[in-house]
Amino acid sequence: MISISPFLPALTLGLGGMLLLVLGVSARRVALQAANGGAMLVLLCAAAATLAAPDGVLFNGLLKTTLFTRFADTLIYIGAFAALVLSFDFNRKEGIGRFEYPVLVLFAVLGMVVMVSANDLMSLYVGFELQSLALYIAAALARDSLRSTEAGLKYFVLGALASGLLLYGISLTYGFTGTTSFPAIAGLLGGAVPTGALVGLTFVVVGLAFKISAAPFHMWTPDVYEGAPTSVSALFGTAPKAAAFALFLSVLTGPFGPLLKEWQPLIVILAVLSMALGAIAAIVQTNIKRLLAYSSIGHMGYALIGFAAGTAAGYQASLIYVALYVVMSAGAFACVIAFRRNGRAVETIADLAGLAAERPGLALGLAIFMWAMAGIPPLSGFFGKLYVFLAAIDAGLLPLAIIGVLTSVIGAFYYLRVIKVMYFDAGQPGFDRASPGVNFIIGLGAVVTVLFIAAPSPLISAASAAARALMG
Amino acid sequence: MPIPVSAYLLVSGLLLVIGVFGIFSNRKNIIVIMMSIELILLAANLNFVAFSGALHDMVGQVFTMFVLTVAAAESAIGLAILVIYFRNRGSIEVEDVTLMKG
Repeated sequence: MISISPFLPALTLGLGGMLLLVLGVSARRVALQAANGGAMLVLLCAAAATLAAPDGVLFNGLLKTTLFTRFADTLIYIGAFAALVLSFDFNRKEGIGRFEYPVLVLFAVLGMVVMVSANDLMSLYVGFELQSLALYIAAALARDSLRSTEAGLKYFVLGALASGLLLYGISLTYGFTGTTSFPAIAGLLGGAVPTGALVGLTFVVVGLAFKISAAPFHMWTPDVYEGAPTSVSALFGTAPKAAAFALFLSVLTGPFGPLLKEWQPLIVILAVLSMALGAIAAIVQTNIKRLLAYSSIGHMGYALIGFAAGTAAGYQASLIYVALYVVMSAGAFACVIAFRRNGRAVETIADLAGLAAERPGLALGLAIFMWAMAGIPPLSGFFGKLYVFLAAIDAGLLPLAIIGVLTSVIGAFYYLRVIKVMYFDAGQPGFDRASPGVNFIIGLGAVVTVLFIAAPSPLISAASAAARALMG
Repeated sequence: MPIPVSAYLLVSGLLLVIGVFGIFSNRKNIIVIMMSIELILLAANLNFVAFSGALHDMVGQVFTMFVLTVAAAESAIGLAILVIYFRNRGSIEVEDVTLMKG
């Protein structure tokens, strides 16, 4: 008798999503409110089921839940929940308030949960594609807007290329090891390593690097963040990033764990390029969503430093970094959603002039997130960077840590420029009041970011337990 | 005489390269990009089936079924996005997809 309870969160998400879809189609008049409320309820139920779920291996070893997958799932739920709260009012005002959006978010979250708990290349691929397909549609949600449809098209073409390369890598791995099961692959690669498996590893790394938008596979990110409706960009900046990063960790430490010496240089290169690009390319940006896109590329670079260390302490530092980044990113996007002048969304940095005088709370919120992203103590972003740099130094990657410090100094420039424009430039009045949901997310994110220093231990111990579960 | 696996690998490698080149060097039509994406997926499928035969293992063929299903869903979504893009832009030339840059 197999216990289904470790799979209960995914089951909740899938059934809940389908139920809301049926409800939305059959009850047109209440569809939007019902889907919005229902999706939040389903996410909460799934989160509760995840926290209560035991470890387990399911479906003949296709899925495996551990403390690590539960940690990643929790981050995914937090990101998706924040993105849903942000989307309700914004989508209605922008004329894209369709009940399909919360349903798509649920299916994307289901894909992420499946791919994070994958214990076989087959379940990995199916979960990966489920989240990708749902997100392609979400990017093109504003179907009458040229920018949104262009973002959807670009995301689709490059995302499909990435999953094609990932699949090619999977096929080579299968061919040269003769199995798709993670533990069996790890066992075989512990002995003599066939060259074909190394080629497969490279393709898999490229495909996953696309998804976390690490340079040089980042080119879709700025366009998609800028073009997609801001509520959808808020989703892209949180849950899928955390999920793809967790998948990256679990694939390279699981089946490819014995090849640590082979993939470590690849991760170091990705980290250096991402940090450098995130710091330098963002300086010339005038659109705040594009700025946040380059910032997310840079942040993935910092998170990869801990990953490159290849130690339990390094993975723990990476997980802490990603968790703190999800909070900062959700908060920063909430601020972008809150910027409206006379009923119209503003996106350029110059338009933020005079914000501090008219909406001091909102300006303070964005300032906190910008300071945290720049890594200024005592905010949470500083500690995230500190842990990954310490882990890198312990693992003998001192040059990587030095590059990280240098790029974060360069990166601080553009974060501080946003603060300067808000506080010191004179501008026109006319900023609208934000909706309560958006204010709630900004407030909560700011409190977590500021007070992380007071109580860091819950996150640190959870990440430590997750990293230990990851190492087996 | 049975065909060696290396022959299949050569063909699938060629398909992959043609597909990737089709995406990056094609300047005309987005439909061609969709076809290139299909080529990449088919290259992987050919690998799976060839390895499955060589290893006497059914997993590869099962995987192929999943990939075919996903590829169908992917083309459906890709074409749907292309249709709404065409409605807004009035063109599906790759050179015209340049509203956002930098």
